[in-house]
Amino acid sequence: MNSDVIIIGGGLMGASCALQLSMRGLQCIVLEKDSPGRHASGANAGGLRQLNRDPAEIPLTVEAAKMWRNIEALVDSDCDARFPGQIRLAENKQDLAKLQQRADLVTQLGYHHEEMIGEDELYQLVPTLTPGCVGGLICRQDGYGRPYHTLTAFRRKAESLGAQFISDAKVQSIQQQGESWQINTDQERYSGGVLLNCAGAWANQIAEQLDETVPLEPRALMLMVTERLPHFVDPVLGAASRKLSFKQMQNGTVIIGGAQIAKLDFAREHTEIDWPTMVECAKTVLRFFPQLGDVRIVRAWAGIEAIMPDNIPVIDASQTFANAYHAFGFSAHGYQLSPIIGRIMAGLITDGKTDFPLHPFRINRFQTENA
Amino acid sequence: MKNKHYPLLIIGGGPAGLSAAALAAEHGLACALIDEQAEPGGQIYRAIESIPEPHAKLLGSEYQRGKGLAQAFRNSSADYLPETRVWSLNADLQIGATRQDQAYMLSAERIIIASGAMERPVPFPGWTLPGVMQAGAGQILFKTAGLVPDNGVVLAGSGPLLLLLAWQYLHAGVEIKALLDVTPLGNHLTALPKLPKALLAHHYLTKGIAYQIDLKRAGVPMYLGVSDLKAEGDEKLQTVQFKHRGKTKTLESELLLTHFGVIPQIALTEAAGCRHDWDGNQQCWRPQHDDWGKTSIEKLWIAGDGAGINGARSAEHAGRLAALDVLQSLKLIAVEKRDQLSKKDRQWMLADRHIRPFLEAYFQLPKSLLTVPQDDTVVCRCEEISAGEIRAQVNNGHDNSNQLKYFTRCGMGPCQGRQCSNAVAHIVADCSGKNIPETGLFRGRPPIAPLTLKQLAAMDVEEQT
Repeated sequence: MNSDVIIIGGGLMGASCALQLSMRGLQCIVLEKDSPGRHASGANAGGLRQLNRDPAEIPLTVEAAKMWRNIEALVDSDCDARFPGQIRLAENKQDLAKLQQRADLVTQLGYHHEEMIGEDELYQLVPTLTPGCVGGLICRQDGYGRPYHTLTAFRRKAESLGAQFISDAKVQSIQQQGESWQINTDQERYSGGVLLNCAGAWANQIAEQLDETVPLEPRALMLMVTERLPHFVDPVLGAASRKLSFKQMQNGTVIIGGAQIAKLDFAREHTEIDWPTMVECAKTVLRFFPQLGDVRIVRAWAGIEAIMPDNIPVIDASQTFANAYHAFGFSAHGYQLSPIIGRIMAGLITDGKTDFPLHPFRINRFQTENA
Repeated sequence: MKNKHYPLLIIGGGPAGLSAAALAAEHGLACALIDEQAEPGGQIYRAIESIPEPHAKLLGSEYQRGKGLAQAFRNSSADYLPETRVWSLNADLQIGATRQDQAYMLSAERIIIASGAMERPVPFPGWTLPGVMQAGAGQILFKTAGLVPDNGVVLAGSGPLLLLLAWQYLHAGVEIKALLDVTPLGNHLTALPKLPKALLAHHYLTKGIAYQIDLKRAGVPMYLGVSDLKAEGDEKLQTVQFKHRGKTKTLESELLLTHFGVIPQIALTEAAGCRHDWDGNQQCWRPQHDDWGKTSIEKLWIAGDGAGINGARSAEHAGRLAALDVLQSLKLIAVEKRDQLSKKDRQWMLADRHIRPFLEAYFQLPKSLLTVPQDDTVVCRCEEISAGEIRAQVNNGHDNSNQLKYFTRCGMGPCQGRQCSNAVAHIVADCSGKNIPETGLFRGRPPIAPLTLKQLAAMDVEEQT
């Protein structure tokens, strides 16, 4: 099969790129080795967070936030997105100082989405929080959505514009012949003028085929979800000096994470929950909400993510081949960025440029440092 | 907590687990048996050590057989960890368990899962109404507390246990308002060729016939070939509606006990990541295993009804076969010794299983029941997802159980899909035109038994090996 662009990876990034490219009239084929959203895109915590991102990501995350506000216009679904804000909790003066420093940095960069709040406002926003916290850093426009619904909405919209998603098509080899990419999968052969690598935790294997080596590490981050509870908290909560991600969803369940790592058998694509590690997570939750002691954990799981050494993605054109591009390595915080990544990649591919500063995300940044 | 690492851990205290533990201990292997209940017996021999004599008699001679198994286990050197719930099991043979509110981790060199069977959940209109229960729940109340329904009961469904429960209730003086058998009448014909072999295990047949004669004699109204079963009522059950010989009938009742056969309890093998197959004859998923019970995961065995339904007697033998293979794998006995010691169990087991092909064909449930044809029937009780919602998403392209789960939340509630996974498989296959094996089984997610945040936070991880 032939098309303008071959996208490898049927996750959220691949779907968003397919959508934006289709909107610009390009034919896209998305090759997915499993089923769309099988790993990180379907199994992440769904955080829509601008708060506390790497400074390099701030221009992207702020623009993405605008797109999320209007996501229904883009994909005909609200993706169950809600915007009750996200807060990083301060438990003491040291925490406050740390968060203040962050707030100052954001301001210096010319942005205003993150601001400090004091104890009074914190307890107004989260009255059920255990007493003793002293304030926090808030991004009022932040929130959360439902990952698999989001992926499906992006995919459906892209498909309605002509994109094709092929499941169970594992890439075996990639070759450039003249102006065209030849991609052999375990199903059939696909060809296209442009190659886009959105293969997540497997993206380094694709990059390798283009003679580009990246120090990507696949990791599975654990999440757990509780039984449904009466509504008790609005904003998504993190903590200045503890590993925590805590949010109550629309249906009353609470999703708890904190970047704890599952045991991963990458070859088998199999993850195992490491319960002794989750003990810390449960302790942290009870530190802030002791009233949740008797709440049942309904499910724990882990999605396989691509983690980069500097925790920011690769968003770049290939340095070795023309007409090849990369967007991967979102290091467990790609969900919120997904709409803008599609726009950026479509811009790079169709116009050869973008308005966003992509220098920090170049693919050869690791080699440069080593050289 | 005591010893946290065992050469062999056995999960489940029914016939398979008890006989496996007794045999392994007899050969000097330090093993422990974990079980949810306070005393040995499992579901089939529940309360076998404590039941008052008159009740035990009512439950019949097959039930009494459990006494010998429990005794042999008690007399063995195997450790016993009762009232312990396993909430996690992984491929590295690490177990998360809770006893008396205390969560802890255990590990083993080898594990035999003897998780047994569960009643097949079959969604039908009104099945979630208070007053509609599975027959097994009725049996538990009878075995543990001698409780029987006061105001009569309608029994509905299919399979040997339904008949057995009706017979037990009859002798306990319970008013049986009707027995509604949904087994399709055509099954008589399809099962017929399998009858000669079944006669080799004829005691099962004669018993079934004896139950039927007793029930008829007592004047219990029995309806065969029933369809369109429906439970109705505001807030709780008031009437049971069904179709019999083309006519719709309605019975008043406060209690409807249903039973649609049993299927393997696969939560543990799913959690560990074992491969499972769809068993078309038994209409359920079951873990892959070799003829010693070894699963697709190294060092993990399955024995008894959890491996595929073959009944309590067969489970005893399967438990011993698994234990022998474990002993061999640990080099405690030689291959020849294992084979020699297994001969009798294998013969008995085969003989006992002669009845199975006939039973499976005779009690095949009709597609019209399993595919939940009424759109407004709730399939996932936890998340309140209806058959219609599932069908809509299958038609929308989500023709795989796991995608469907992500999308509808069906199977994501506290029961972890245990109640709905079979129905989902039937609906997805029926609606998409795929074969059931292609629709995929829900991926198991721990915890598979209740675990609270407090229990997890207080879990002792220092001593973990």
